[in-house]
Amino acid sequence: MEINRRDFLKLAGYGSAIFLSGLTGPGRWADAADGDGFLFVQMSDTHWGFANPAVNPDSAGTLKKAIAAVNDLKMQPDFIMFTGDLTHTTDDDKERRKRLLEFKSMAGALKVKTLRYMPGEHDAGLDQGTAFKEIFGPTFYTFDHKGVHFIVIDNVSDPTSSIGDAQLRWLADDLKKQDKNARIVVLTHRPLFDLAPDWDWHTRDGAKALELLMPYANVTVFYGHIHQENHHITGHIAHHAAQGLMYPLPAPYSVPKKMPVPWDPAQPYKGLGFLSVDAKVSQAMYSLTEYGVKGEKL
Amino acid sequence: MKAAKDRMKDRTPAVALAILVFILGIFLAEVCALADEAEQVIKITAKRYEYSPNTITVKKGIPVALEFTSLDRLHGFSCPGLAIRTDVVPGKVTTLRFVPQKAGTFPFHCDNFCGSGHEGMTGTIIVTE
Repeated sequence: MEINRRDFLKLAGYGSAIFLSGLTGPGRWADAADGDGFLFVQMSDTHWGFANPAVNPDSAGTLKKAIAAVNDLKMQPDFIMFTGDLTHTTDDDKERRKRLLEFKSMAGALKVKTLRYMPGEHDAGLDQGTAFKEIFGPTFYTFDHKGVHFIVIDNVSDPTSSIGDAQLRWLADDLKKQDKNARIVVLTHRPLFDLAPDWDWHTRDGAKALELLMPYANVTVFYGHIHQENHHITGHIAHHAAQGLMYPLPAPYSVPKKMPVPWDPAQPYKGLGFLSVDAKVSQAMYSLTEYGVKGEKL
Repeated sequence: MKAAKDRMKDRTPAVALAILVFILGIFLAEVCALADEAEQVIKITAKRYEYSPNTITVKKGIPVALEFTSLDRLHGFSCPGLAIRTDVVPGKVTTLRFVPQKAGTFPFHCDNFCGSGHEGMTGTIIVTE
């Protein structure tokens, strides 16, 4: 079920997430301050190395502007999650490593020093994640933060858009250790559900992951890949996509062929930005706030 | 009465021949029809970042065999409009069989990420009546 921002409010009791983007400011509940919550920021699809002035004439400066905007947030997040496609793909292994290292160096300018990464297919699809692992570490992992169990799923290192049986077994083993009411946040690059399979906006075996997650009452998924905000529910699991930070893509199936949306000089950086997530752990709620590249609230 | 019987006798070989010709005609028509319905075999090569040929024309209702060969790495072939897909693995011929049930133009694309030109690795199947 596809939903828009406001409709999501009506579904607050439906699953584990509430969506309040654009309606309130960050820290609305002051959860980070009262100890019952925290903020994290999702930055996605930075495509470092992309070069097409018709699509983004500021391809070298967009990420820097977004980093400055995150650094200027009044309430700094506990950590920043990069949900893949850190770099734009290249067929040259050397160039891929160079781009990944440049990206890492740039991300080092963030005030927040807890940075977590996952690859997108542009980073890992051609070498099964070899270069990414050398520079950033594992492509799938878990971590716990203030009562929330985060699961990072790699659905890009396998070029067939799959998670794969081995990782699914790893996921099943990890979930067995969790309480059925645990607060679980899943982070992936591609959507786990079939948003637009013909556009590669799916995970071929994503349904298997969702089946494993389904018995857990409080699961929310954050993903990238589609370069635009999107909100969707499968069963009781909410899925939220963040904007990208290099070029926007059209809405699913809104055009015959998926192509980057050309740069609009009248509205520079339109469709680009990052997501701030205010987690209220006791209620398993997440308040989402979308920001533009320059830190303007959307 | 006898004359009538004789006339019948005289006509018997002609009738038999006519029946034989009729049966043979049906048989030949069937053979021709079978020939018409013979599988349409199309060889396709895949390489970064193109299929060759990338426009394929087939007839509706006639079985099709697409025989893929990858010249470099793993590619995919997905034609959602005809609900067919396969992985195209290098080092072997991958055959995808289907019977097109509807006429029209159906785009296909590589659905295994293969590099910088992946998004442009596309083609079209045209199904004629």
